[in-house]
Amino acid sequence: MNRVSNNAIDTASTDVLVVGAGPAGLAAAVELRRLGVQRVVVAERQLEPGGIPRHSQHLGYGIRDFRRLMTGPSYARRYAKMAERSGVELRLSTTVFDAAPAANDARAVLLSTGVRERPRAARLVPGARPAGVYTTGSLQQLVMAGIAVGSWAVIVGAEHVSYSAIPTLLHGGCRPVAMVTDRPAHQTYRLLAAATAGRNGVELVVGRRVVDIAGQRRVEAVVLDDGRRIACDTVVFTGDWIPDHELARHGGLAIDCGTNGPAVDSSFRTSVAGVFAAGNLLHGAETADVCALEGRRAARSIADFLCGTDRWWPPSGPDMIVESPLLWVSPNRLSAPRAAIGSPSKATDRWRFTLRTAQDLGRRAIEVRQHGLLLWSGRPVGTASPNRSFTIASTWQRAADPDPAAPITLTVVN
Amino acid sequence: MIDDRPYDVAVIGAGVVGSAVARLLSHHRLRVVLVDSGPDVGAGTSKANTAILHTGFDATPGTIESRLVARGYALLHAYAPQVGIAIEQTGAVLVAWNDEQLAALPRLAKKAAANGYAGTELLDRAAVRALEPNLGDGVCGGLLVPDEHLIDPWSTPIAFATEAVANGVDVRLNTAIDRVSVGIDVHDLGHGIRTRFVVNAAGLHGDELHRAFGFDGFTIRPRRGELIVFDKLARPLLTRTILPVPTSATKGVLIAPTVFGNVMLGPTADDIDDRSGTGSTSSGVARLLEQGRRIMPRLLDEEVTAVYAGLRAATEHGDYQITSEPSARYVCLGGIRSTGLTSSMALAEEAVIRLGQCGLELVPKPDEALVTVRMTNLGEAFTRPYQSSGRIVCHCERVTDVEIAAACTGPLPATDIDGLRRRTRSLAGRCQGFYCTAEIVTLAARASGKSTAHWIGASG
Repeated sequence: MNRVSNNAIDTASTDVLVVGAGPAGLAAAVELRRLGVQRVVVAERQLEPGGIPRHSQHLGYGIRDFRRLMTGPSYARRYAKMAERSGVELRLSTTVFDAAPAANDARAVLLSTGVRERPRAARLVPGARPAGVYTTGSLQQLVMAGIAVGSWAVIVGAEHVSYSAIPTLLHGGCRPVAMVTDRPAHQTYRLLAAATAGRNGVELVVGRRVVDIAGQRRVEAVVLDDGRRIACDTVVFTGDWIPDHELARHGGLAIDCGTNGPAVDSSFRTSVAGVFAAGNLLHGAETADVCALEGRRAARSIADFLCGTDRWWPPSGPDMIVESPLLWVSPNRLSAPRAAIGSPSKATDRWRFTLRTAQDLGRRAIEVRQHGLLLWSGRPVGTASPNRSFTIASTWQRAADPDPAAPITLTVVN
Repeated sequence: MIDDRPYDVAVIGAGVVGSAVARLLSHHRLRVVLVDSGPDVGAGTSKANTAILHTGFDATPGTIESRLVARGYALLHAYAPQVGIAIEQTGAVLVAWNDEQLAALPRLAKKAAANGYAGTELLDRAAVRALEPNLGDGVCGGLLVPDEHLIDPWSTPIAFATEAVANGVDVRLNTAIDRVSVGIDVHDLGHGIRTRFVVNAAGLHGDELHRAFGFDGFTIRPRRGELIVFDKLARPLLTRTILPVPTSATKGVLIAPTVFGNVMLGPTADDIDDRSGTGSTSSGVARLLEQGRRIMPRLLDEEVTAVYAGLRAATEHGDYQITSEPSARYVCLGGIRSTGLTSSMALAEEAVIRLGQCGLELVPKPDEALVTVRMTNLGEAFTRPYQSSGRIVCHCERVTDVEIAAACTGPLPATDIDGLRRRTRSLAGRCQGFYCTAEIVTLAARASGKSTAHWIGASG
């Protein structure tokens, strides 16, 4: 035990310490080795590498990174095997307490600690505190371990992950009876909704909030804000992501007020020299393959940093500020043009900014401004509606002023 | 072989008070049983309080409560470090937000002195701000109470009861005393429990038991206190407990650090009729957030880890209701409100003295015959198990597999997930089981021999 972690890591000779062996962390580690970085140590606090996909039995993994359709566990195993083959040092059951460069001697640190769902208390849902209340995360693990979760479930939320809870519940012998969302409609693909909720007769209750949970020892019902009572013995709180940013906060990293993750520039550099961040720690929550590809990109930035072609750690550039109904943008800080931008190997023009909105934007355009001047405007790619991501181009960065006192604002055109 | 002799004393109610009484009785040559209707010790009112070891500076001078809080403070302050119950001296500051409250501060300092506590210090606006820079706008002044402590409220009753068991006390849980047959020499409490003497430490049901013995004098009116526990990342926002200045109009809420490293906002104080009404409410949570926003605006930027409600055993009287009835060989510790954690060990002394006055023979065991206990430290200010060994399985609270197994075995094991939480902090953190429920349930099942379904709460 030392200050850095509970299982001592010799950070003195470590080139890169990756914290978190989920898709982003493992993909970054593999890429770092491929780029010739000598010693890459991945610290993972769980017993097994792979992160969240380990517990997700359904298909849907590996599309963008492996160009095939896989289940979560086989996807996780594939990354773990790749890491092993490429000479990444994987330290399991290893909790990192302090990732700040002052505390460890690794030449660079990548935070890829992921994201979790807000549990019931964090959503301030009042009522009794009976057994039978889960998040999708805890539900998946219980079902996978063969532990009986309950008989009748209400799912709170109607985004992608909420629909993934349906097969998980059924697999665990628990019948989902209703989904409750405070939005006017569900927020996933029609096909997914039809194949899960539709096929299994799960009622979708829109425009309603859960305001009470009844039951002394075991859940007996949820109560909605219109007074309706839905009998159930199980409640699953889904989505409503919050990055696991404890290490980032302790390390004094600047936090983006929209994502709640560390503020990063387009090279995944945080506000602290030598510390990078990638994956769902930056945006809750993208699919595993998106995180893995982001990990790969972060690895290239880290490699540049290590080999000295890009040792320079930029002072913080201008923050990107989103205006309502936009919630956040990731990355959310610009760096001076010298780094990241203009280096053709990085293909910076191809990647895009990821955004979230609190309202359905339909086909409305987004404007990017600085000093009141229009840098870019255009339509988002993807469905610009709540609880799912859409993207905009990044090409306009070249034209931006790197002055940190000149924030860049993103607005929705009415 | 069944021992059909009656017990010398039955302590009814295994909250912090009853457990403290059982512990002290176990130091004497007596046959004692500690009885509770719930599934665990400390699982009622005792588990949901503000976890503060009070100096008693603001008690009403001359009351039994004032005397016992002062005495209990000294006793628990000495006992906690001996057995490994986390306590931390953070001090408290009463913050005045208007002229009326400011004017009340000198009176409170005088009251503290009348309660035997001379350590208070009046502070001007600047001094308060310097001590607690994250307070909201509008601070007028304050009163520093340097000797207020934080204490681990979960380990305290468990430590008392564990020590009692180690010294020969029987514990009967899930045993509701609903029919009492008062006898000339021996009382029959049902469930095969016969006893010569009874101590009523039944908390919220204390008045019912009191009446069952044929006495009257107080009625419990449960006072619900809702509390919001904030993420540990909020802990650096304050160093002391921020107390409200009690005025005629309102009692106000406090913001306090906890020994577990969180920050607590609360409690509300609503008189209710339902003695099982431990659910939180929309209005209670909204009121807390509104007050919290005024007291420490930045606190509300942090995530909430838990929301819960506890019921205090308030009565129509302004003081504890302590009575003894020699004819019935009965001692009542009634109306023990939120100060009961602090006063618990003094209440135990009081109960034992009164039992003696009622005719109980008190023969102390020799010191060398007494078994002492050592609790696993749950406090952030002291070394925790993960810092030396074990594999961390609850990552938010850094609880190890060894601690989970230990909490599910031994003389007073956890019997459900709440009991496990109170013994280890597991599942009490920010993720509320997102990462670890399945593993912890599996470990608990393995260690206890009970099924995973039992631990997840799927069966009764």
